[in-house]
Amino acid sequence: MAVQKEKTPMREQKPEERIKNFKEVPFGYTDQEAVVEAERCLQCKHQPCVEGCPVHVPIPQFIQAVKDGNIESANQIIKSKNNLPAVCGRVCPQEEQCENVCVMGIKNEPVAIGRLERYVADYNMERGTSQSGDEELKKDRIPALIGKKAAVIGAGPAGLTAAADLARYGLKVTVFEALHATGGVLRYGIPEFRLPKDIVDQEVAAIKELGVEIKLNVVVGKSITVDELFEQGYEAMFIGVGAGLPRFLGIPGENLNGVYSANEFLTRVNLMKAFKYPEYKTPVVVGKKVAVVGAGNVAMDAARTAKRLGAEDVYIVYRRAKEQMPARSEEIHHAGEEGIEFKLLNNPVAIHAESGRVATMECQKMELGEKDASGRRRPVPIANSNWQLELDTVIIAIGQNPNPLLTSSTKDLKTKSWGGIEVDSDQQTSREGIYAGGDVVTGAATVIKAMGAGKTAAENIKKYLLAKN
Amino acid sequence: MYEILAKEVLAPTIKRLKVKAPLIAAKTEPGNFIILRVDEQGERIPLTVADYERENGIITIIFQEVGYSTKLLGKMDKGDFIQDIVGPLGHHIKLDGYQKVVLLGGGSGTALLYPKVRGFSGTEAEVISITGARTKNLIILEDELEQYSDRLFIATDDGSYGHHGFVTDILKDLLEKEGDIDLVVAIGPVPMMKVVADLTKKFDVETIVSLNTIMVDGTGMCGACRVTVGGETKFTCIDGPSFDGHQVDFDELMNRLNFYRDEENLVYANVVEEEK
Ligand SMILES: Cc1cc2nc3c(=O)[nH]c(=O)nc-3n(C[C@H](O)[C@H](O)[C@H](O)COP(=O)(O)OP(=O)(O)OC[C@H]3O[C@@H](n4cnc5c(N)ncnc54)[C@H](O)[C@@H]3O)c2cc1C
Ligand SMILES: Cc1cc2nc3c(=O)[nH]c(=O)nc-3n(C[C@H](O)[C@H](O)[C@H](O)COP(=O)(O)OP(=O)(O)OC[C@H]3O[C@@H](n4cnc5c(N)ncnc54)[C@H](O)[C@@H]3O)c2cc1C
Ligand code: SF4
Ligand code: SF4
Ligand code: FES
Repeated sequence: MAVQKEKTPMREQKPEERIKNFKEVPFGYTDQEAVVEAERCLQCKHQPCVEGCPVHVPIPQFIQAVKDGNIESANQIIKSKNNLPAVCGRVCPQEEQCENVCVMGIKNEPVAIGRLERYVADYNMERGTSQSGDEELKKDRIPALIGKKAAVIGAGPAGLTAAADLARYGLKVTVFEALHATGGVLRYGIPEFRLPKDIVDQEVAAIKELGVEIKLNVVVGKSITVDELFEQGYEAMFIGVGAGLPRFLGIPGENLNGVYSANEFLTRVNLMKAFKYPEYKTPVVVGKKVAVVGAGNVAMDAARTAKRLGAEDVYIVYRRAKEQMPARSEEIHHAGEEGIEFKLLNNPVAIHAESGRVATMECQKMELGEKDASGRRRPVPIANSNWQLELDTVIIAIGQNPNPLLTSSTKDLKTKSWGGIEVDSDQQTSREGIYAGGDVVTGAATVIKAMGAGKTAAENIKKYLLAKN
Repeated sequence: MYEILAKEVLAPTIKRLKVKAPLIAAKTEPGNFIILRVDEQGERIPLTVADYERENGIITIIFQEVGYSTKLLGKMDKGDFIQDIVGPLGHHIKLDGYQKVVLLGGGSGTALLYPKVRGFSGTEAEVISITGARTKNLIILEDELEQYSDRLFIATDDGSYGHHGFVTDILKDLLEKEGDIDLVVAIGPVPMMKVVADLTKKFDVETIVSLNTIMVDGTGMCGACRVTVGGETKFTCIDGPSFDGHQVDFDELMNRLNFYRDEENLVYANVVEEEK
């Protein structure tokens, strides 16, 4: 049989339809499509794909199980390494990770590992078979750890992963989360049309099944401190509080009405469900003309969200060129299909008002100059090129820094100049018994890297507690 | 879920609730606030912790019904549950080191002022409180303020009680007559705080204002609460809510507070409609 060169395509909502709703864009594979795609896997001996995955999902094994029609066991195989497969199958930058090193990809398109992972997770969720069996779980338990208390701070992907693994070892785990809901960026940042919140709920429910207790509305550092948690008998801790502090441009007019940080805009829409306003009571004002400043995943999400909220003209304003946009190519492609306009090589220099609200954004045109330290050609301003972009709303999506609430209230916890927590290769911080990982350590990164850090930390917390006894 | 243990109507649109929230009661200090969500569909709104009983794990909130969320909260009763409460948030204020402190609150601002009055009453400073409202039956917490203040002044716009005029008239009088006031704390409608700050600037008296910006998370994550203080952007929830009144850009703050007026009026109209 001839090899199918391309990935089995995934059907999706048509652009002209989907910009009118918040439903998920791609539909996922059918059973048949999944088998066709699984058959493309060469079952390589060295398994480079596994190395390419930050949490080392046993990829060929789970794909073999799909091929054999044994989707439940495929799920168990994935779950042995990845507690949030339905999430990762959707939002992992697969093209840079597992699929980037797939042998099939040398001559043809790589195997669609992410899509298969999503298929397996969804299949089992729909049938209620996504949980690991009791027997399966018991084998990870370590008698010396059973009943000991560990705390996890932050219910984002890093914290949830660490919590799940610690619970598997038999520890009594409590997760403390500042918001009224779990998931971190999965809940408040990534929009419904890319990651339905039902999926996050189900993945979190599976983690609770492991015995993890989640306490919402607790801001560690304010409601309770790290040292108080130790006093309450928690013997080890994992900090996964993310990088939530939005950066602004520092240009005139940035505090005008109609200027949002991407965090605020997306939080209003996703966490507070402003897209269902007025049924949900949190408003969001988008207007007709919207500019999103920045070109990462966050910017694409904000732009596509604005479109769905009824904006007519949505622009991505970015000071560098197309090739330099940091967002996943799939996201840029989706945004383009939905009619988002790219105003590249344009640097915002001021936002101007009319009766207190945004009216225009002044942009300066840029051109590409010499390469800078990062190897990217540096954008340089073109003299006398300023122009005005007429707008109702500006959304700033130029990145986030770690939030200082927790670090500033925890003594002797070493941080880097930009606020990130310092850790060694075991994810251990400068304080005994405290481990950290995810965006709070790396700066804004990816879901799977945060999960990988949570896993490594859990493993080392286990070793630490065993050595301590 | 957080149980309401007691409810009291202080004035027609101002209510006091005692709520079970042990973690918050254990930690809160004068100047801290909480964020609550009345129900599953609700907004997250900030309210000052007006009082607390650490031993019993109880906090008190006092609020004025100005829009949808506060109106809905005002309809709740003893035995009902508030969906979410998180806190204590923000910095508490520094109490020590003052000799003579004047605290003024306008309208429901008095509720926000009260915990600070109580806080200062525990220091060596002489505590002078000024409270005011449009009319007599809107004056709240008179007994409580009386108890914790060395002197209490009251003003009403219509002259139905106390001084006929504004709280700022009384402040001006005090500043002119008593040269040893070393701190003024003002909480209330933004225009009032602005007038106070302009006034105390002339007398060169340190002034703290507590800002009631729009908020979402209250933990520094969204930037909805940003204000310009001394030419720099600050986040009210993590850098405040109290700031040096002489540095705050009040005009910008007023503008930002009005951003959602149309949307707020829409949901508010719905709740009023339901009542009929
Ligand atoms: C809009 C957007 C789109 C993205 N798209 C992608 C994508 O497509 N693919 C991808 O791989 N990555 C994406 N990312 C990045 C990815 O979401 C993050 O790298 C990842 O979520 C980091 O996980 P985390 O657990 O470290 O932190 P977070 O997800 O930020 O979670 C941290 C949690 O800790 C809580 N917390 C903070 N402070 C405290 C405290 N003091 N006490 C208690 N709790 C606290 C927070 O409320 C939050 O719930 C995106 C990010 C954004 C913002
Ligand atoms: C740190 C902090 C502490 C606060 N503490 C208290 C408190 O202890 N008690 C209290 O009553 N309020 C307090 N507030 C204000 C309170 O959060 C708002 O009144 C509330 O969010 C209004 O919500 P709503 O849905 O009822 O009204 P919305 O529908 O949001 O607002 C209705 C209308 O009222 C206006 N408005 C908003 N806030 C106020 C205000 N404070 N006074 C007058 N008009 C306003 C709005 O501009 C809008 O036009 C505090 C605010 C902050 C930031
Ligand atoms: S978790 Fe991400 S990187 Fe790992 S196999 Fe799945 S899609 Fe690939
Ligand atoms: S590298 Fe690609 S083809 Fe080889 S086992 Fe992994 S997924 Fe299959
Ligand atoms: S309320 Fe979100 S940053 Fe202050």
